[in-house]
Amino acid sequence: MITYFFIFLAVLAVASAIAMVISKNTVNSALFLVLNMVALAGLFLILKAQFLAIIQVLVYAGAIMVLFLFVIMLLNVDAEASLFNKLRVKYFVAFLLGVGVFSQILYSLGSFSDTLPTVSPGMTSVGTVEAVGDVLFTKYLLPFELTAILLTAAVVGAIIVAQHKVRTGTSDD
Amino acid sequence: MISIDWFLALSALLFCIGIIGVLIRKNAIVIFMSVELMLNAVNLSLISFSSHFGNVDGQILVFFSLAVAAAEAVVGLAIIISIFRNNLSVDVSKINLMRW
Repeated sequence: MITYFFIFLAVLAVASAIAMVISKNTVNSALFLVLNMVALAGLFLILKAQFLAIIQVLVYAGAIMVLFLFVIMLLNVDAEASLFNKLRVKYFVAFLLGVGVFSQILYSLGSFSDTLPTVSPGMTSVGTVEAVGDVLFTKYLLPFELTAILLTAAVVGAIIVAQHKVRTGTSDD
Repeated sequence: MISIDWFLALSALLFCIGIIGVLIRKNAIVIFMSVELMLNAVNLSLISFSSHFGNVDGQILVFFSLAVAAAEAVVGLAIIISIFRNNLSVDVSKINLMRW
């Protein structure tokens, strides 16, 4: 049963990723990326990472993609008219590069896959909010606080970069 | 239970789709979304290793990667807005101010 669930989610994730790359309309691309992230959240649930599955839907599919859609609709980007009209060398080279990287990763996976140990018995309780929070607020407390500083710096930087420059004449910043 | 190899292969496949997207698209926002796709693919492989070894550290790393991805999305979209304000386009082939 769980195998069929995995196959369904994997096919959904790959298909939505391909559709995101090749769809001409930018809004469609963003919505396919949302679908991809929801499928990945389902895969996280299969891997018993419940907390991160919820965070994936809330933060990625919720917050970040809303930001993307907001920017797309703010800028009113029109569809790329000449995406696949003519066959360019560039697409072929990009496809070859992608396939090359994929086959390299698969090759290296095949060489070490025998050395992996068997699944540990304690993995059912790994991904709960309790287990993640317990480690996050004891062992990784300093990186957690640094994340807060990073997010604050990112918000301030984004406002400074995106705001209209209003020159008053006297200010030299 | 599904073997970890399938999760890693799926992660590699999504990562390579992201690479192809970065290479072939000209719209800066779609390039940015392809980068997010690659980040997600790496998150999947981190979580599959984490639950395979029964160790929570990988999931902590994914948590921080999510925070960094949020910060990166905010700053990147601000840069895209600023570029759009200057040349009224997000087509990266038309952004050639510093091209030699």
